[in-house]
Amino acid sequence: MEECAPESADQEFILRMENIYKSFPGGVQANRGITLEVRSGEIHCLLGENGAGKTVLMSILYGLYKPDSGCIYYKGKKLDIHNPKDAIRHRIGMVHQHFMLVPTLTVAENIVLGQYPPWKVLNHMEEVHERIRAMSDEFGLDVDPTKLVQDLSVGEQQRVEILKALYHGADLLILDEPTAVLTPQESEHLLKFLRQLADRGLTIIFITHKLEEVMEVSDRVTVLRDGRVVGTVNTSETNPRELARMMVGREVLMELKKSQTQPGKVIFAVRDLRVRDARGLEAVKGVSFEVREREILGIAGVSGNGQTELALALAGLIDCEFDEMRLDGQILTKHDLHRLHRMGMAHVPEDRQRMGLILPFSVAENFVLKSYRDEPFSKRGFLRFEAIREYSRSQISKFNIRVGDIEEEIAHLSGGNQQKVVVARELDRHPRFLLVNQPTRGIDIGATEFVRQQILAQRDAGAAILLISADLEEIFALSDRILVMFEGRFMGEVPPDPALIEQVGLMMAGKAAVPAD
Amino acid sequence: MVWRNFGKRFRRAWQSIGLPPIAILIALLLGAVVLWLAGYDPLIAYRAMWQGAFKDLTAVTEVLIKATPLIFIGAGLAIAFRCSIWNIGAEGQFYLGAIAATAAGIYLGSLPRAILMPLVLLLGIAGGAMWGMLAGFLKNRFGANEVVTTIMLNYIAIFITGFLVTGPMIETKGLFPQTPRISENAWLPRFLPPTRLHLGFIIALLLAIILYILLFKTSIGYTIRAVGTNAEAARYAGINVQNNILLAMGISGGAAGLAGAVEVAAISYRLYQLISPGYGFDGIAVSLLVGNNPLGVIFSGILFGALRSGSEVMQMNARVPSVLVLMIQGMVVLSVVAFGVYRAVTMEKEE
Ligand SMILES: Nc1ncnc2c1ncn2[C@@H]1O[C@H](COP(=O)(O)OP(=O)(O)OP(=O)(O)O)[C@@H](O)[C@H]1O
Ligand SMILES: [Mg+2]
Repeated sequence: MEECAPESADQEFILRMENIYKSFPGGVQANRGITLEVRSGEIHCLLGENGAGKTVLMSILYGLYKPDSGCIYYKGKKLDIHNPKDAIRHRIGMVHQHFMLVPTLTVAENIVLGQYPPWKVLNHMEEVHERIRAMSDEFGLDVDPTKLVQDLSVGEQQRVEILKALYHGADLLILDEPTAVLTPQESEHLLKFLRQLADRGLTIIFITHKLEEVMEVSDRVTVLRDGRVVGTVNTSETNPRELARMMVGREVLMELKKSQTQPGKVIFAVRDLRVRDARGLEAVKGVSFEVREREILGIAGVSGNGQTELALALAGLIDCEFDEMRLDGQILTKHDLHRLHRMGMAHVPEDRQRMGLILPFSVAENFVLKSYRDEPFSKRGFLRFEAIREYSRSQISKFNIRVGDIEEEIAHLSGGNQQKVVVARELDRHPRFLLVNQPTRGIDIGATEFVRQQILAQRDAGAAILLISADLEEIFALSDRILVMFEGRFMGEVPPDPALIEQVGLMMAGKAAVPAD
Repeated sequence: MVWRNFGKRFRRAWQSIGLPPIAILIALLLGAVVLWLAGYDPLIAYRAMWQGAFKDLTAVTEVLIKATPLIFIGAGLAIAFRCSIWNIGAEGQFYLGAIAATAAGIYLGSLPRAILMPLVLLLGIAGGAMWGMLAGFLKNRFGANEVVTTIMLNYIAIFITGFLVTGPMIETKGLFPQTPRISENAWLPRFLPPTRLHLGFIIALLLAIILYILLFKTSIGYTIRAVGTNAEAARYAGINVQNNILLAMGISGGAAGLAGAVEVAAISYRLYQLISPGYGFDGIAVSLLVGNNPLGVIFSGILFGALRSGSEVMQMNARVPSVLVLMIQGMVVLSVVAFGVYRAVTMEKEE
């Protein structure tokens, strides 16, 4: 960093990151000479495959990592940043890929956390609340400063993160995959809001894997691959196809080869399932359905309509009531639910970081989270590390997961690569019954294509699959039948005919129910 | 296969203590200032302390003897803490182990040595494990916080001991509140006469190694660590979290109970009111100091043994009041921990 000039040569840009290099002890070269130029007041998208180095680059800008070499110029001057506090002082705000809020603190406490010495804040909380309310009204964010963060939905937490950045007066706002956890409606809302902010002069760097969002909201796009810049283009002069090609280095078809199959016998069936959520309210209000061999049953719906609780109940993770449940002909009791995965069920959970992975464990250890007690990974009670490593390596190459060293903490993997580990592990169990919840959340288009193809392969191999997704396009692409969920009940069943997307959208909003048969 | 790289692992465990030489030096310098302010000659005090710990073979073996219960307890607590069970009850579990061992040593005293000696130790383990699992049961069944219940159980264990040594189990002469001696058949052999170094020290080393292997090399250890790091993911993986809470409490309680049994069978040969000078609490620091690594506990246990041994002599010979001695001990712990934290933070930055 020594050779950096004190002033930027090119004053046209609010931000210039020049020749940034960053590698990690595991041998991963996350950034290899990246130059990124961002104009004042634009929305600039960062695009790239999982592990391309987007989050690392932005973390450098936000003071979380120190680059090995390279220069950063901000508002024309050389920028020296050692921690996020410096970044905030320079009016740079960041909304992280995995939220960084403290669940047991209130919204307001989270927003001022660590920014002021305690004696300056503690007796001024009223003023802080006032200001947050005022800003929340001004931006239409609907954030209540006195609520505990743990009581907020993901969408609300997202708004808190944004408000936090704005509260500290951000001129440059970085958003790392903000829409990955949002419903389509919420995403739509967020994109509009970002446009408003940009029109007021805010500069925004926006990371996403969804090309439609890039096309809709951005002014320019920079594409990264393997830690290098492939190119920067004006959004108006490009199209999704070209972007995909720049990202992946080959043509991405996004067309699934979905064969016609004849569903076989019923593998999983449940009658009158009722589930209460954490607050004790009935979230699933007596639903019945069955999933057959060689069939994908899709559950569409705006998230928060009971899908989460439905999935957790089927996985035996929260309590539920039902009349009858059968798996592979066997009648199940509530007690059996705890050991369903021993009876041939696999489950890709919605929240990889809280449930699907043990973040401080190594990549290899996470690959055997459900099978470490079985041969060949354990023998007479002792773990067999060689077998575990070998297995992990084979999965990593099959799913093309970017990992430096399989002994490193899985927390160090990029978000999409973490998701791929979960999917790879669950699909490899060759389940009779597969429950997948938001399987492609946060993974790039190439990998999405691959994962969907793998899910179809499981179906063709005979699995019964229950697919829950907030992404309608995914539901239609994969399902053989679709159930629409609204307020804990099924509104009705539709075939995956693209002509019906609009009707499903209405049903998701609780309107135009077709009479269930 | 398990034993490969053991030397390397020991070195790593040693390093996991952080940079104790410097940390201890800093703490002792600070302690010197305090001693000087209080009107004592730090040089004399520290010479006494050093001699107390390292003067001759006897001094060194006394350090190891003091370290023995700390290694037992610390290694057991490492398992509980890795499972995110905050067992503050090693003190009470130690007492239960000592009670069970004493009872066996007295009432079954006629059994032959080859049976009685292991039996005493096993009953010690059982007593401590039962006391630990009681807290685990209360947590599982009623959601009672283990920090609270284990502290309560400490008091109960100490009161039970008080009751036994003043009533039902009091020595035949009935002069002092203590039990009669246990049968000689229950005594653990001492192997370096004339010092008091005994078989228990070797058992403690073995236990630390076994618990290390259990924690990092077996599927049981994987399960315990999974429950401790992310209970929700563990449940998702089909692990029965409650069973593992019981298991971790059983292991740590059993280790503390074994410490109690060894103390009776190798040192005191009887039970009395305050048989533990707070081993159960020191054990917490012993484990935390090395990041809950059962192998590292060997080193931190010896460090604590040396501090205790040395400061006793400092108190006796240099006439430093015990509050000051405790303060210096506390400063050593604090500065070693502070160094550990500092190192963890800087390492993260460098990445
Ligand atoms: N703390 C770390 N230690 C070691 N390697 C790391 C660390 N953080 C990131 N990496 C590695 O750097 C590479 C780039 O990661 P990064 O998080 O920037 O990817 P990304 O482009 O954000 O991907 P995604 O779309 O999946 O979020 C990855 O291969 C990752 O494994
Ligand atoms: Mg990322």
